[in-house]
Amino acid sequence: MSTPLLEIRNATKIYGGGFLQSGEKVVALQDFSMTIPDKPAVITTIAGESGSGKTTLASTILGFIGLTSGQILYKGKDIANLKGTDLLGYRRQVQAVFQDPYEVYNPFYRVKHIYDMVVSHLNLASSKAEARELIEQSLHVVGLRGEEVLEKYPHQLSGGQRQRIMVARAYMMKPSLIVADEPVSAVDASLRAMILDVMIRLRDEAGISFLYITHDLSTAYQIGDNIYVLYQGGIAERGRTVNVIENPKHPYVQMLINSVPVPDPKVKWTTQLEGVADESLRATVGGGCRFYSRCPSRMDRCAKTRPPLYEIQDADQQAACYLYEK
Amino acid sequence: MTTQRNGVLFHSDPAKKEVVLDVRNLRIHYETPRGSVIAVNGISFKVYRGEIVGLVGESGCGKTTAAMGILQLVQSPGRILGGEIRINDKNLLDLSEQQLRERRWRDLALIPQGAMNSLNPVMKVREQIADAITTHEGSQPKNKLKQRILDLFGLVGLPARVYDQYPHELSGGMKQRVCIAMAIALSPPLIIADEPTSALDVVVQRVIAQTLLDVKNRLGVSMILIGHDMGLQAQLVNRIIVMYAGNIVEVTPVGPAFEKPLHPYTQLLIASIPSIKERKPLKITEGITHDLRNPPPGCIFQFRCPYVKDVCLKVVPPLLEEEPEHFVACHLYAKEGQEV
Amino acid sequence: MGAIKSERIEDIAAALKERQFNRWDNPWLNWKLLTGGGMVLFVVLLGLVGPLFWDTTLARVGSTELNLPPVGVTIEVDGVQYVGTMKNPLGTESNGRDMLALIVAGAPMSLQVGVLTALIGMSIGVVLGSAAGYLGGWVDNVIRTLSDSVITIPSLAVLITISAYVRQIELSTMALILALFAWPAPTRFIRAQVLTLRERGYVRMARLSGVPPLEIMIKEMVPNMLPWLAASLSGNISGAILAASSLEALGLGPTRIPTLGMTIYYAIRAVAVLRGMWWWWGFPILTLVLIFLGFFLTATGLDEIANPRLRGVRS
Repeated sequence: MSTPLLEIRNATKIYGGGFLQSGEKVVALQDFSMTIPDKPAVITTIAGESGSGKTTLASTILGFIGLTSGQILYKGKDIANLKGTDLLGYRRQVQAVFQDPYEVYNPFYRVKHIYDMVVSHLNLASSKAEARELIEQSLHVVGLRGEEVLEKYPHQLSGGQRQRIMVARAYMMKPSLIVADEPVSAVDASLRAMILDVMIRLRDEAGISFLYITHDLSTAYQIGDNIYVLYQGGIAERGRTVNVIENPKHPYVQMLINSVPVPDPKVKWTTQLEGVADESLRATVGGGCRFYSRCPSRMDRCAKTRPPLYEIQDADQQAACYLYEK
Repeated sequence: MTTQRNGVLFHSDPAKKEVVLDVRNLRIHYETPRGSVIAVNGISFKVYRGEIVGLVGESGCGKTTAAMGILQLVQSPGRILGGEIRINDKNLLDLSEQQLRERRWRDLALIPQGAMNSLNPVMKVREQIADAITTHEGSQPKNKLKQRILDLFGLVGLPARVYDQYPHELSGGMKQRVCIAMAIALSPPLIIADEPTSALDVVVQRVIAQTLLDVKNRLGVSMILIGHDMGLQAQLVNRIIVMYAGNIVEVTPVGPAFEKPLHPYTQLLIASIPSIKERKPLKITEGITHDLRNPPPGCIFQFRCPYVKDVCLKVVPPLLEEEPEHFVACHLYAKEGQEV
Repeated sequence: MGAIKSERIEDIAAALKERQFNRWDNPWLNWKLLTGGGMVLFVVLLGLVGPLFWDTTLARVGSTELNLPPVGVTIEVDGVQYVGTMKNPLGTESNGRDMLALIVAGAPMSLQVGVLTALIGMSIGVVLGSAAGYLGGWVDNVIRTLSDSVITIPSLAVLITISAYVRQIELSTMALILALFAWPAPTRFIRAQVLTLRERGYVRMARLSGVPPLEIMIKEMVPNMLPWLAASLSGNISGAILAASSLEALGLGPTRIPTLGMTIYYAIRAVAVLRGMWWWWGFPILTLVLIFLGFFLTATGLDEIANPRLRGVRS
């Protein structure tokens, strides 16, 4: 049993409500725990809608914001304590691809600037020639050539090309984990498949694990190995992707899956929507299950204490709902 | 009865269906210093009463531009170069700005992208809807107006309390329903909905989609639903118009669109939809590859088509009816003697 | 969730339009920038090139006849006729100094004070503002509290008091004193800019690439702040010149240096207004207005470049 690649223990992030701050507390993330093994490489999906906490999770893992409580351990070490070369090492091992292929480029510089930054600060190559070779290799993986794109300014390239260049950049460092935050939401349908395919190939051929953060359950179903479905900061259900999506147990996840429009005119939304559709204002801190006000199966005890994750029999699956208490 | 117009053969029974919108040969260009970008390249289509027509295609295909063109809301550097847009047998392109303003909202309403963000944050909901009504119909007695607004709320499934609320007090789904209420306020025969659910959560999206269906069924209003979410299209529309790089490549009833798409582009589009019901290998395709300022002669899809032939490089395939109500512009299907 | 905006025709057309930086109708040629820049340039040239054409020693006391009006003007005082001549085109004052010489000598002095003050203020602003914006936490709280407090202090009153105590004031001393109150505004402004830029995608990318904070600020943020920095500098210069001239007009400026403000001071002291010697205080004020307006218009013009929405451009 080697140390897991990434272990998140009871991560909680609360905004506001502190000393000298007006406004209520917003619990962005509550008691989130997750383990990504060192081997084999897996694609773990974090699925959730707006307000679920998935973006906060990505930001904490990448070290942009700190946790209110809990720990994130990278190969056994708490990332909050990393400094100097250790921190640089972490940067090399955990990389990211973001949603907006426009914003991630500094309009002042040519595209090659993003590669130069990485090569020089993370010591990826010992000579210019070696660096250039490395860049070419990475671009090849995503179907681009250096001479096509490196000397151009960002606004001269299409959104799809920009996103592919970002994927190439992440790959170049041969990281252990790539955090992909909605990598295909802002890209055309035609390129979506290509980028997702690149992710699968990187997992299979280069042994890179992915944290695929998205709101689109259809793509999650196509490429995810494991899935965590978040609702207002907490895990509603988790398990093997095929199990959770084909057989959702948590009422929220069931409502979610039933609402995804199937691209087949013969399969219409059949049942009337159970439960309350309108997104309620965020439940306050403390108190019971987050989904209480919208749940069609709610019970009194759900309002008082949050249900823990219960195992679903005979399936690699867990749901945070008292319905599944043994 | 067979009629022919601009290379399109129509087999239809004119007594059966009433035409609400008739677009003929609409052309819209974007003028740039480096040449004109052809956004909409002479498209023609009809919308019948009581149907929802989907307008799909990748970004850059011109669907939003076409919708803006129909509404006469094209902004510089875009320009409408020609064509006809007939509603109630009047060509909108012939009307003055004043006449257009009177007709907008009454003959034709729009639910734009991100509509819920276009609600005025400092006005109560009721004032905004009342505004829309009184601007086009003149002032109304207060209690009648209130009743009318409350009726609209009922049609879109909004609780009465929304009447006195401000937009920021409503959730995203409710705001979008306010926008739908505003669009149907004057009972227009046609509503154009441009990605009406794109910024909403999945569950809310379903509710809004069902609201749109409800509205169509109860009021008999026709809709053009612009979008790229094929799942949503499958659930809502009766017919689909597929656009590629400013041209219509296929017009088909919704069933055949998914089961038997004829145009190679539509086939690629359908094949690349990820499904929540079935795990299958992802189909890779490339994006638009030709220069939008300099479209090639012949078929617009020639660079990406897996079945491209010699004739495709030279001759533009006309939009022909290959099966009942199913039109496609592709040389794979052009039969002898039917080319015009 | 979020509309696809990648290859929309509208974006392509807009991008093509944006690259018109070398064409006549591009944003750099907006009238405010050109007019303002022209005014400033005029005054700068006046100071640089003027001494080649006009003898600035005439600015010394006792160099000319007293109290002459500008060329073409004749006034009568106590039965005596004073006629303006080309020898002193802008007239002279009661200490025997030529007005044109005073302007030519004094304008660059006033400019110097303003520029120096603004530069010092901006430099402090860049350092403190960046630190506060980027590092956040207690650093931010301390700097913010400090700058907010200094802003509330009535600067003119304090400046007057300080100047009154400092006997011999040089230009640089004056600039330092003024800078005491010139740094909070740039600090707050740059802090706000840094806070915004910090969350930009490309800054996050730089952090993920292991780039240290200082390098991020210099290489990633500053290039994107340049138009704002230029506008802010221009605005600060005009503010500093105004403050300096105010102090000088009260007599608290460098006495040996004929800045425009000091000239006004002498004019007031000699009761020039009641004596009808409008050219004594008139021309310095006109020059000051030119300088002030010039920098102000430049600042607004640069603002428009930095913020396309101010141009009325629909994005």
